[in-house]
Amino acid sequence: MTLEFSAEEILETVEMIEAFNLDVRTVTMGINLQDCAHSDSQKTGEKIRKKITQLAAHLRKDAKDIELKYGIPIVNVRIAVTPVANLLTRPSVDDFLYLAHILDSAAAEVDIDFLGGYSALVQKGFTPTERALIDSIPYALSQTERVCSSVNVASTKAGINMDAVYIMGRTIKETAALSAERDGIGCAKLVVFANAVEDNPFMAGAFHGPGEPEAAINVGVSGPGVIRNVLERMDGASLGEVAEAIKKAAFKITRVGEMVGRELSKRSGVAFGILDISLAPTPAVGDSVADILVKIGVERVGGPGSTAALAMLNDAVKKGGAFASSYVGGLSGAFIPVSEDAGMVRAAAEGWLTLEKLEAMTAVCSVGLDMIAIPGDTTPETISAIIADEMAIGVINNKTTGVRIIPAPNKGPGDWVKFGGLLGEAPILPLKEGKADKFIQRGGRIPAPLQGLNN
Amino acid sequence: MAEKVVITVLGKDRVGIVAEISGVLYQNNVNILDINQKILGEEIFAMTMLVDISLCKVSFAELKEQLGNKGEEIGLKIVAQHEDIFKFMHRI
Repeated sequence: MTLEFSAEEILETVEMIEAFNLDVRTVTMGINLQDCAHSDSQKTGEKIRKKITQLAAHLRKDAKDIELKYGIPIVNVRIAVTPVANLLTRPSVDDFLYLAHILDSAAAEVDIDFLGGYSALVQKGFTPTERALIDSIPYALSQTERVCSSVNVASTKAGINMDAVYIMGRTIKETAALSAERDGIGCAKLVVFANAVEDNPFMAGAFHGPGEPEAAINVGVSGPGVIRNVLERMDGASLGEVAEAIKKAAFKITRVGEMVGRELSKRSGVAFGILDISLAPTPAVGDSVADILVKIGVERVGGPGSTAALAMLNDAVKKGGAFASSYVGGLSGAFIPVSEDAGMVRAAAEGWLTLEKLEAMTAVCSVGLDMIAIPGDTTPETISAIIADEMAIGVINNKTTGVRIIPAPNKGPGDWVKFGGLLGEAPILPLKEGKADKFIQRGGRIPAPLQGLNN
Repeated sequence: MAEKVVITVLGKDRVGIVAEISGVLYQNNVNILDINQKILGEEIFAMTMLVDISLCKVSFAELKEQLGNKGEEIGLKIVAQHEDIFKFMHRI
């Protein structure tokens, strides 16, 4: 019996994990709660609690066992559920708040980090029940620990629901106000989407979509540190060679995720869903997507060349991952959250990163404007206009875009927000002058673009 | 059936590393299938071992802890991982 692997291969794997922060960022169990819907919301809550605590009873332990077996850290264990707006038949803010507390306590009972799906899909219009859920979001997010919320307000097929965009601008302000003593941290648990995907394992935007099976295990892998390290040895190489090296590293990272997903699926008896091959940064040193762009050759993220370098990185990651697993899905690509990425934070503090440049970069990244702190006195109309711009990028380019923005109460440009943990810290970005109030107050729906008609 | 685990040992070279680690394995009835050892650069000791833990007296978690403690005692980093991770990552 001999070793089938060379010492170099073994050491490469160990180095990726030990020195360059390769991890499985999240395993997320998607759970369909549709069958819990009942005309009596009390009954709905009881059924929800029962289903979640049964299906996910061993999720944490299974993840721990896998972590031990392979020596690969699994950073977060999460649950995504059916968009909660679909679970009640009555438009009642209080009933939804009751469900939020049920979800929070069920999540605590099975010891998972976050639960996503306090959500509504309103790209084309609202039902009264969906309106009630959205009205309850600021309270739900400030009164619970683990519940995350997302609202899809636009799609390439439906256009942009500008009424919903305006409501979300106000909802974000209210959510910030209710968590003012912690820099508006409630907003870190809320994302506004265009073209939201049903199998995304990452928070705050995870939900278990209507096209999904009864339950599924979705895995999000990460490894910005691994990719950056590959580039350490490539000074002077052409961009084609750099892209090739990123592809190969992404392949290996993805294989690890595939293995973890399949093993967890086997242990939990829940079908393997997808692998999300995202480069998701953390505030830890060396775990930064911004640093990869600097390694590729831009002086600081936000400077000229940043968008092109990010586009190449995003594409190379997808190519490597697509070869490694046949079930790649979610939001695969590179994330560019500001507060969660030490390199992005540095670039923002030094004035290289502006909201406008970030917006341009979101046209080629995998999600959107993410974890960006803005002045606390920003009006709901201005926030709505920022959302509308980002939604337009998603709708016109047939991609997912999201906005997770924090108007930090009582703070302005030059101040910092500090959330701690994986959410990190960031300076408050100044905004350009100029009101879009008239634009936002028109309401209605921006029609679906021509490419929405590609049948 | 064999349950194969790869043990990786990294650190500054010194006398008796192989003896110390194989001692821990012997005490727990872990069979060594293959050893590969080299010195990287000037003085970094790197050893990879393939072992069978199917007849191990203690749980894998306990074995990892014992190896980790031994590593701390002699100033080396010891990592034990199921071999599947290398299969998945390096073999299609």
